[in-house]
Amino acid sequence: MAELRKEDEAVDATPNVTEVETVEAATETAAVAAIEAPVERGEPILQVRGLVKHFPLTQGILFKKQVGAVKAVDGVSFDLYQGETLGIVGESGCGKSTVAKLLMMLETATAGEIFYKGQDITKLSGRALKAVRRNIQMVFQDPYTSLNPRMTVGDIIGEPFDIHPEVAPKGDRRRKVQELLDVVGLNPEYINRYPHQFSGGQRQRIGIARGLALNPEIIICDEPVSALDVSVQAQVVNLMEKLQDEFNLSYLFIAHDLSIVRHISDRVGVMYLGKMAEIGTDTQIYDHPTHPYTQALLSAVPVPDPEAREGRERIILTGDVPSPANPPSGCRFRTRCWKAQDKCATDVPLLAIPERFQGSDTPAAHESACHFAEEKDVVHAA
Amino acid sequence: MTTIDKKTSASGATSATGAPLLEVRDLHVEFHTRDGVAKAINGVSYSVEAGETLAVLGESGSGKSVTAQAIMGILDMPPGRIPKGEILFHGEDMLTMSAEERRKIRGRRIAMIFQDALSALNPVLSVGYQLGEMYRVHLGLSRKEAKARAIELMDRVKIPAAAARVNDYPHQFSGGMRQRIMIAMAMALEPDLIIADEPTTALDVTVQAQVMDLLAELQREENMGLILITHDLGVVADVADKIAVMYAGRIVEQSPIHELYKRPAHPYTRGLLDSIPRLDQKGQELYAIKGLPPNLMKIPPGCAFNPRCPKARDICRTEVPALVPVTEQDGGELPGRGSACHFWKETIHG
Repeated sequence: MAELRKEDEAVDATPNVTEVETVEAATETAAVAAIEAPVERGEPILQVRGLVKHFPLTQGILFKKQVGAVKAVDGVSFDLYQGETLGIVGESGCGKSTVAKLLMMLETATAGEIFYKGQDITKLSGRALKAVRRNIQMVFQDPYTSLNPRMTVGDIIGEPFDIHPEVAPKGDRRRKVQELLDVVGLNPEYINRYPHQFSGGQRQRIGIARGLALNPEIIICDEPVSALDVSVQAQVVNLMEKLQDEFNLSYLFIAHDLSIVRHISDRVGVMYLGKMAEIGTDTQIYDHPTHPYTQALLSAVPVPDPEAREGRERIILTGDVPSPANPPSGCRFRTRCWKAQDKCATDVPLLAIPERFQGSDTPAAHESACHFAEEKDVVHAA
Repeated sequence: MTTIDKKTSASGATSATGAPLLEVRDLHVEFHTRDGVAKAINGVSYSVEAGETLAVLGESGSGKSVTAQAIMGILDMPPGRIPKGEILFHGEDMLTMSAEERRKIRGRRIAMIFQDALSALNPVLSVGYQLGEMYRVHLGLSRKEAKARAIELMDRVKIPAAAARVNDYPHQFSGGMRQRIMIAMAMALEPDLIIADEPTTALDVTVQAQVMDLLAELQREENMGLILITHDLGVVADVADKIAVMYAGRIVEQSPIHELYKRPAHPYTRGLLDSIPRLDQKGQELYAIKGLPPNLMKIPPGCAFNPRCPKARDICRTEVPALVPVTEQDGGELPGRGSACHFWKETIHG
């Protein structure tokens, strides 16, 4: 209905088409200008507010009717500051990869806003959206399936230039691609090779070079090292840190490996079943967690040091993550939580600094979505 | 405490039969491919006693899984070939047995748990049927009896409401539950030895901890031998008794588990330990082992690790180091420790 009405309005407006167009063009130009404007280090570059993504569940073949929805992301808000790395951790199915896809505009959000330098990118189109896309790039998890096996490395890294030719003029591309190869630590002479001629770690470097090609401001990394061997993982993590300094990038680093996330992140957000459970600086989250889920997650991480291990408390959760199609009422973690009480089944806890820590400057005073938030160190040996 | 209990019971079992539960001696495996011969395993020796857990650690291509497949007798031959070596189970060489004799051991005396439970289970058969198959095929039980036993097994691995879920299909279970079913299947005939190939790699950390605990508990109850294959130094830290680190088809270091983390005696192990970020502190730049794991068709001469080793000298490029016992600085014994490095002394003693 809404769309029909819009069309009616468009018909009414026909006499003023040119006027409308110029107004639109002007707002678009203003948006592009805002998007191209630099952001000071430490200022928010990306602000996510109440982001929701529901995937409909349908029944029937001819007459599909919606019988429910998988609530993959259900009201997530966070800020990404210029020049920082925000780590997002959580188990499979918590919605962390869906958040990445929404930020990349690969999926359309059901509700919520994503502000990139103050512009809500969910409402942009045309030139302004194209400018945003250039500035937010992605590095994927699996270096084996994210590179086209029939394209040479030069074509893969150079492909973004086909869509954004203003970044590298045609005659300049080969040199630009070779530069990128050099930047990520690959031999520039490999430009005509195919992906299968490279090892996993080298392929991930190719994926990173592709992400860097358009000089983006933000790189979204969805499990960039989890497919790699331990000895190679460290190489790639070091490379990513080096590139961040060199190109002044902001990273959204999504991973399930909590040790790697701590190493690379300035701030960390913990997701559970489509919601943010807790968010804070790396010290606040790892050394002073207040949400029971974060505590359980941290205590379950295997530590390659049996002596440090023996003094640690281990919280073993019972059961599995509930289905996001039918999440528990109230607090979503309550079905596996040892602290759960009646209140948890009725009231959804909000992501905020817990009342008891408000106004104090302890590291425990950071946003946590739990009615009974209290600090517990599970990482260090007692 | 438990490790001590385990050790005593293990020695008891050994004295009864006189031979270790499983002993691999100088095993070699190669694959003949169109592009040449890939030497996947180049002389691996290790042993496991009853009640003991051996962790086999290595990166992809190190030969850790191929060794397990050779023990199980599920290597594809050809292209695989075992030119040399012995695999002794209760003192008998399985490589010289007839196919018939081996089949009797496989599944009944030695069982295996695979990494990816979803692809290891048959998607069109119910889990109860697949569990019951163990009893029908190996013990000749009827369908009804087999199903009853399947429910018992599911209870044993703590699957809630086992009787109600016995007719469910693998896709109806979560990843952790599917891995429990794999464990149940391996446990079904009360084997002497279980080989678990990356049993928790595909699982989330909270579920990983549950599954590892279950595996360790069942092993303790049944006094089984367990070979735990993994690439993750963290996972094995508190379940294994001893560990063998593999690189390019050889064991480069072996050690009782705690000792290894404290004082690695091989530069590769040290590099691995240093390249893992710590959970309890924020470090500076990560140590990274330079270079890439070798191509198995062109393993470097001498020590296979030499092109990546910070300590490599001339002898490392020409002579293959043997796995030698490691001792204290004053010559005191370090039981169970060995290193295949020409310069293990300076690696361990600094």
